Amino acid sequence: MSRLTPTLDPTSAHRLVVRDLTVSYNRVPALHHIAFELGCGESVALLGPNGAGKSTLLKSLVGLLPRETGSITFHGREVAGATKDFAYLPQRENIDWDFPTTVRGLVEMGRYLRLGWWRRFREEDCLAVDEAIAAMRLETLHRRQISALSGGQQQRAFLARALAQQAHVFLLDEPFTGLDKPSQDNLKEMLRTLRGQGKLIIASHHDLQTVSELFDRVILLNGELIAEGPVAEVFTEANIHKTYHTAPFTGPAGRPHHHHH
Amino acid sequence: MDWLTEPFHHEFMRRVVVGGALLGFTNGFLGAFVVLRRLALMADSLSHSLLPGLAVALLLFGLAPVGLFFGALVAALIVAMGAQIIARSSRLKEDTALGALYTVAFSLGVVLISFVKVRVSLLHYLFGNILGLSDSDLWIIWGISLIVVPLLVGLQRPLLLTLFDPTVAASQGIRVNWLNFILMFSLVLTMIASLQAIGVIMLLGLLILPAATVYLLCDSYSTMLWGGGVIGMLGSLAGLLLSYWLNLPSGASIVLVLGIVFFAAFFFSPRYGLIRRLRPARHLHAESLARWPHGSPSEETGSEKAEG
Repeated sequence: MSRLTPTLDPTSAHRLVVRDLTVSYNRVPALHHIAFELGCGESVALLGPNGAGKSTLLKSLVGLLPRETGSITFHGREVAGATKDFAYLPQRENIDWDFPTTVRGLVEMGRYLRLGWWRRFREEDCLAVDEAIAAMRLETLHRRQISALSGGQQQRAFLARALAQQAHVFLLDEPFTGLDKPSQDNLKEMLRTLRGQGKLIIASHHDLQTVSELFDRVILLNGELIAEGPVAEVFTEANIHKTYHTAPFTGPAGRPHHHHH
Repeated sequence: MDWLTEPFHHEFMRRVVVGGALLGFTNGFLGAFVVLRRLALMADSLSHSLLPGLAVALLLFGLAPVGLFFGALVAALIVAMGAQIIARSSRLKEDTALGALYTVAFSLGVVLISFVKVRVSLLHYLFGNILGLSDSDLWIIWGISLIVVPLLVGLQRPLLLTLFDPTVAASQGIRVNWLNFILMFSLVLTMIASLQAIGVIMLLGLLILPAATVYLLCDSYSTMLWGGGVIGMLGSLAGLLLSYWLNLPSGASIVLVLGIVFFAAFFFSPRYGLIRRLRPARHLHAESLARWPHGSPSEETGSEKAEG
């Protein structure tokens, strides 16, 4: 596992470096030679039209999709396949909310990866769970079944699970979708908290209006990387236009390809 | 009170009680995974497809338990894998592929059994007969229960993560396909163990009714597993005694008892029962009054509820 070690090269510490990343579905590339570099304590919006490869990028970062070319390094170490340092939060509609678990049960799942299959829950595990629940302000709700939460609370419960896992990189698929304004503000505050703890947050996002208030960096994506950098520099009219008006390569003309999820 | 202890005086009845309790527990425990993974249709198909395997084994090896065991195993694997192949190599979806395959397999089984020379009744395999449980049947039940339950207990954490969200589980390095395979394998083994006692048609009831009942009562994964096991065990014992006293078919009595418990939960569960659902919800006006400064001071949960 890519834990921090004292012998690290200081330039690569706390950095997520993606180089020349290409990911394909059925031999048709969905992401072409993506490269960027991010640091811990940043919150990054992943922007682009439908089919731009936002979910594909998130999934390839956690090893859900095989990569055709390129490398991903975190803390100066190659990331191959799954790692506890990364937490992937799926879109809310993909979750079975009737699952027999409470908020606390959900957060405890974050510890299982650290504990393995057998080891018992110890005091430190309970403490980590308590802390994660408190950080996401779910103390009054921790006994609730997960469907008895609002959308924003559900999102926070998943963030708490990732916190209990002690993940450093949070990959969120459309976290703000379907949230009303107060929940959005609340989630924004929670993401600030996480950023303050030195977490790297990468979230796919589609509402261009809210980008500058929610995030400090953007990755503009449309099959290939259009631009990447601080919101103030990169999130410009010209770049946005370029992102939403280039036709990405999706295989031979007239043969649309389908993604199987 | 003689009538209560009377059944236990018989040697065969003690065997039946032990076998029934074990089967009830194992099926109820496994049932939680079947319910949460939405495998009920798959389980039903597999149980029906055991029949042609039994028929072929009877034709080739007679009543030898080893032959019956492997015949059933192979038949279930062929149907499960065949359905996958049909679904992937055509535009048909898996439910149709399974339905098509298992009804054909079942019919084949019915036809083949009519050619069997050994004197067996088709009804025996369709509806089971726990009162006719032999020593070797009981050994198979013990063996399979002692494989399946410890296996599922040992794997319960990765299984939990996989059942809850296979994508996230895979992203955490859990070998989701392997776990699914182990689950299917446990399912087939448990069915083979249950075959003698309740038959291929009502197997599914013993498997999913206990878990479905607990699912309507609680919000805890581990309660669902162990609770399913306990309800399955108690329901099986109650059903067996009923069938003894009233001279009813044993498999049907067990499933009926479990069915009564299930419907009780469906109607009367304090959290998820139908009656709870139909009861009018609190009028929103009451909540808004509670938040009004002149009313009672609003508590923290009140404002949390209004969030989404």
